[in-house]
Amino acid sequence: MTVTSEFSKIPTRSVVAASRSALGALIARDLVVVRKSMGEFVLRTLVQPFLLCFVFLFVFPKIGQAIGNTGGQRAGDFATVLVPGVVGISVMFQGVQSIALTMAQEFGYTREIEDRVQAPCPIWLVAMAKVLSGATQGLLAALIVFPIASIVHAEGVHADISLHWAVILTLVPIACVAMAGLGLVLGTSFEPRNIGLMFGFVILPITFLGGTYYPWTALAPVKVGGFHWLQTLVLINPLVYVNEGMRAAFTDAPHMHLYVIYPVMIGFGSFFIALGLRNFRRRVLS
Amino acid sequence: MTPDATTVAVDDIIRTVDLAKQYPGMDGRALDGLNLSVHRGEIFGLLGPNGAGKTTFAGVLTTRVVPTSGHAYVAGIDVAKHPALVKQISGIVSQQNTLDRQLTVWENLYFHGRLFGIAARESRRRADELLEQFTLTKWARQSVYALSGGMAQRLMVARAIFHNPAVLFLDEPTAGLDPQSRLALWDLLGQLNLAGQTVMLTTHYMEEADQLCDRVAIMDRGQVLALDTPENLKRLVGADTLVSIKVASGADRLAATLTEGLPEILTSRVTGGSLSIETRGADRLVPRIVALAESIDVDILDLAVAEPSLETVFINLTGKELRES
Repeated sequence: MTVTSEFSKIPTRSVVAASRSALGALIARDLVVVRKSMGEFVLRTLVQPFLLCFVFLFVFPKIGQAIGNTGGQRAGDFATVLVPGVVGISVMFQGVQSIALTMAQEFGYTREIEDRVQAPCPIWLVAMAKVLSGATQGLLAALIVFPIASIVHAEGVHADISLHWAVILTLVPIACVAMAGLGLVLGTSFEPRNIGLMFGFVILPITFLGGTYYPWTALAPVKVGGFHWLQTLVLINPLVYVNEGMRAAFTDAPHMHLYVIYPVMIGFGSFFIALGLRNFRRRVLS
Repeated sequence: MTPDATTVAVDDIIRTVDLAKQYPGMDGRALDGLNLSVHRGEIFGLLGPNGAGKTTFAGVLTTRVVPTSGHAYVAGIDVAKHPALVKQISGIVSQQNTLDRQLTVWENLYFHGRLFGIAARESRRRADELLEQFTLTKWARQSVYALSGGMAQRLMVARAIFHNPAVLFLDEPTAGLDPQSRLALWDLLGQLNLAGQTVMLTTHYMEEADQLCDRVAIMDRGQVLALDTPENLKRLVGADTLVSIKVASGADRLAATLTEGLPEILTSRVTGGSLSIETRGADRLVPRIVALAESIDVDILDLAVAEPSLETVFINLTGKELRES
């Protein structure tokens, strides 16, 4: 037997084996970071949903501010629309925050990405690990936000919650992955110094036109001639499908058909991840 | 996927064949047909000014830069074809601080071990051991923000060697370090090398290349101009003594007189009020220069004698100084 010194090594593991352990370590690292800052995580996850519910479901009914009740809609109906929307928007924000913002930082001044891509696996897997841990954080966010959103409201305002477990267990994870994919696309497309632009021109329109405050079906009256322009336009917004999906999962309120939501969300998710991985590779390699 | 180890000499950890890189939209090639080998167990230095192609070269070897043509092998593995395999056996210390800001000093090491497939228990043990070895144990539970520049650099070296890489790459490792930390890092790299670690570093500090490296490749404009031990490179110059003379006036006249009166002069160069000469085998050099200057009434303001350095080699090879360009 030939004796080789400690430093004369050649690769001892196949790329697949090395990639598997690297993926595990990358995700473990992200989750350790989340655990270490759990308080901060809960806080930043809760602030927006809490404010939305507080203002729309507590303050507005108290001061008699009417919300879109042209059709005689009661505050309770609005709560039924808003609660799943709040879960959807939280999942989206988690994707943006846990991936786009941290990635902008790691590509930017901390240069941590330089080290991360030295992991003994293909470069795309490093980005994929981010998507997976971002999606996990999205799930966690949904888990925290849903109970809060269902309890913060004035007396008499009541959201009609009914849990459709089959939809919850399949659609929520898909939504989390798709929104994490969106985070990857944003994080790899915007220079760190342009993050403000990202919020102004991408995040804000997506959230306001994403059907958080109203169901997509209710947009029908907005039309020019016979053309439902707004209802058509917002179809390019991935958050619409997430929110409609949440409505299907958590309520009996009217929503887009599930056989539209599932394939479109999977389509968006695949597109975002493919685009994000391509961007990531381009920024890392020269 | 087994590396094609048969195609490469066993003792070459790194080998490149006509390696070239052309960045899109850039004039000239960042790497222009590099052929060189780094032997097992040596400290190999790439010396050159900024923009010489050192970082690009290190980038190719660390799988970050895709070569335009040619090949680069690390331990016999083609880096462009099997980057993930090459990364298994490479340790990298980059120019910037790339420590994980969200983790503690200890966790930075521990998760690196996990990333390279080392079991949890062994990663914990090795993290402790390396912190001890690099005198960072006191900082184990601290955020990496608490570390000074020199300590952060040490931690990055510790992290890079965690998985016993076949080669340790360092890109401008002492740029931005204070002199004391720089010496400490040289010392550290020397010790690692003594234990068998092959090291490749890029630098634009000639002292670093001279004192630390077994062999040095002098690079400029994407090409290797010379490659040898620092001693042999300096011998290339031909001269054994360099004299620079500052005069109030008459530098040109002095140059002419010295060239005539000192047969040992190899070259002389006048820049402004200064005169630099290179000589070989000259005895009593200083008194003779002073006497010749007095004979033509040229006042010497200052006179310095030095041995050739890698800087001299670089100037002789390129006609410009290392710090220029």
